[in-house]
Amino acid sequence: MKEGYELIYKRPGTLIDRRMSYCPGCFHSTIHKFMMEIVEEMDIQDKTVGVCPVGCSVFAYHYLDVDMQEAAHGRAAAVATGIKRILPDRVVFSYQGDGDLAAIGTAETLHACNRGENFTFIFINNGIYGMTGGQMAPTTLQGQKTSTSPYGRDVETAGMPLKMAEIVSTFEKVAYVERVSCNTPANARKAKRAIRKAFEYQMEGLGTTFIEVASNCPSNWKLTPEESLKWLEEQVFPYYPLDVFKDVKKLKKEE
Amino acid sequence: MAQKGYVEIAIEVCKGCNLCVINCPTDCLAINTSDTNSYGLHYAYLAEPEECIGCANCAVMCPDAAITVYREKKQKAAHPKEGRQ
Amino acid sequence: MAELKLMKGNEALAEAAIRAGMQAYFGYPITPQSEVIEYLARQEPKHNYVLIQAESELAAVNMLYGSGGAGARVMTTTSSPGFTLMQEGISYMACAEIPCVLVNVNRGGPGLGTIQPGQGDYLQAVKGGGHGDYHLIVLGPNSVQEMVDHIFLAFELADKYLTPVMLLSDGATGQMMEKVMMPQPIEYKPDKPWATTGKTPDRERNILTSLFIQPEDMEKRNLKLQAKYKEILANEIRYEEYKTEDAEYIIVAYGLCSRIVKNVVLQGRKDGLKLGLFRPISLWPYPWDRLGAIASEDRVKFFMSVEMNAGQMVEDVKLAVCGKKPVHFFGRMGGIVPTPEETYEAIKEKIKE
Repeated sequence: MKEGYELIYKRPGTLIDRRMSYCPGCFHSTIHKFMMEIVEEMDIQDKTVGVCPVGCSVFAYHYLDVDMQEAAHGRAAAVATGIKRILPDRVVFSYQGDGDLAAIGTAETLHACNRGENFTFIFINNGIYGMTGGQMAPTTLQGQKTSTSPYGRDVETAGMPLKMAEIVSTFEKVAYVERVSCNTPANARKAKRAIRKAFEYQMEGLGTTFIEVASNCPSNWKLTPEESLKWLEEQVFPYYPLDVFKDVKKLKKEE
Repeated sequence: MAQKGYVEIAIEVCKGCNLCVINCPTDCLAINTSDTNSYGLHYAYLAEPEECIGCANCAVMCPDAAITVYREKKQKAAHPKEGRQ
Repeated sequence: MAELKLMKGNEALAEAAIRAGMQAYFGYPITPQSEVIEYLARQEPKHNYVLIQAESELAAVNMLYGSGGAGARVMTTTSSPGFTLMQEGISYMACAEIPCVLVNVNRGGPGLGTIQPGQGDYLQAVKGGGHGDYHLIVLGPNSVQEMVDHIFLAFELADKYLTPVMLLSDGATGQMMEKVMMPQPIEYKPDKPWATTGKTPDRERNILTSLFIQPEDMEKRNLKLQAKYKEILANEIRYEEYKTEDAEYIIVAYGLCSRIVKNVVLQGRKDGLKLGLFRPISLWPYPWDRLGAIASEDRVKFFMSVEMNAGQMVEDVKLAVCGKKPVHFFGRMGGIVPTPEETYEAIKEKIKE
């Protein structure tokens, strides 16, 4: 370090010193980074347990230096339920993509939210199935081209894209729901703050916390990382707005 | 006068995604088009060190946590309104 | 303390699980075993265990994965259609080496089937209903007492070998009421350094996974599992023999059918027929060697497997006997329990041939 300077920002020690296999520009890496920064800042490495999904982030346990369980496709919410019920004082999170949470795992997701299971969902929604080569997801936009909707998502047969943050915010025992993104430094900082808030609410035992990240997939969207941010801003945000959909602490204030 | 800063970008970790470059408020980062790391990727680097203000936008945006940011230590302000961080 | 009680099979199973130190139960109602979760729900205020009626068997088995992986003694019970739903989770737990106890109260099938007892899930249980090279330790209780004893044993074996252990019961054994000596509750203190309880500075992070994307790593895990199964094969075979010392006709049956066959053996002996009952108690690992040794006896004329299915355990009998003697089969399907009389007739028919 140069004389007269101080360290402002560095890679967290809780992120394993290993090159992440995500594509250049992918928000999976960004969110992994923020989550581990939070674990380091809150000093909760010895009480954090994560559940990783099937999808691009199936190898999340290679990068996050916390105890982790690999769940079957879609089942992370059930697995996290099992962990949190047995270890209620740990900070438990499930980390899932759009197929995992909103297609095959919808039942487990909704019922965990309905029961108010006190763990944090980190939902990486990039509107496509990345790992398996770019197939349509339940959150693929109307008209969006994917390998299984080569002429664009046809809502007549496939239905409308699912708005999971909005849906789970209707559950009584869900404490905090926010949709965030990392397309600008300001939004990225807000995303980190949202995740930290979710962990804090969990530690206060307030109920289910749900952070949906409107994320990108440059590789399967066939865009550069820079173009993928534009896609988010122009195409995704109008349908999936960034907002806080529920916050029990704010509700109480209004009452 | 704006504070000064500087960044170190880990060449082998950087994937050349360009998100740091386009989000730098002083345009002091660039992609090195004449060199690649061992993965064959053109990495980002601090092209205009004098322009860096140590805002850490680049490090926040960097998906791979490849960037370390340093900033000038602030002198103690003579007047409460001066040198506010 | 240990006490003598008159209990229904399913409820005795539940009570035994509590006394064996079960810390979490996740399940879904399905006939003929819903009494288990109902009993546990009634007892819950007196104990400390986690109890969730999950949204499906699929969710239940994955909750088992999570809490078993977090180091707890966990159990689920279900019946045939529900057990099929659980196969995914079971394959994952077998590979990730997560201990748990599963109970399948076998009913008639296939498909939605009937609520009457059946033994049509035998092959699914012992040859692996889920995908991949794995085995479950499978126990076949034939009385309420054995259900209770096997629960204690199952939790021990699961923790010892880090594998799911299964009780293959059936609708009748689950519903019948018998007197049972309920053992004293044990004080279970988990000691599982591999569990995901939070990475403390003194160790590396614990990862429980069944994903080994490099083929060499996948083979390594498989070799580890196979070595474990070899150890189980060497140490955990259990069976019971009734009047086989001089028997000429060996009837092989497990679970409910073994009780019917015992009846038949007694009747046959009265009529001068040298019948004997061979009852496997561990269905995996199966007592192939012992059965094979009996087959080598000159006095033994044939084997007959009696089951409530189209002929499933008979395959293991044939494997064990290895062509040394004829192997016959008698069974009823559809949830029908064979009567001692018709079973006896079937045996006598084969003797005549």
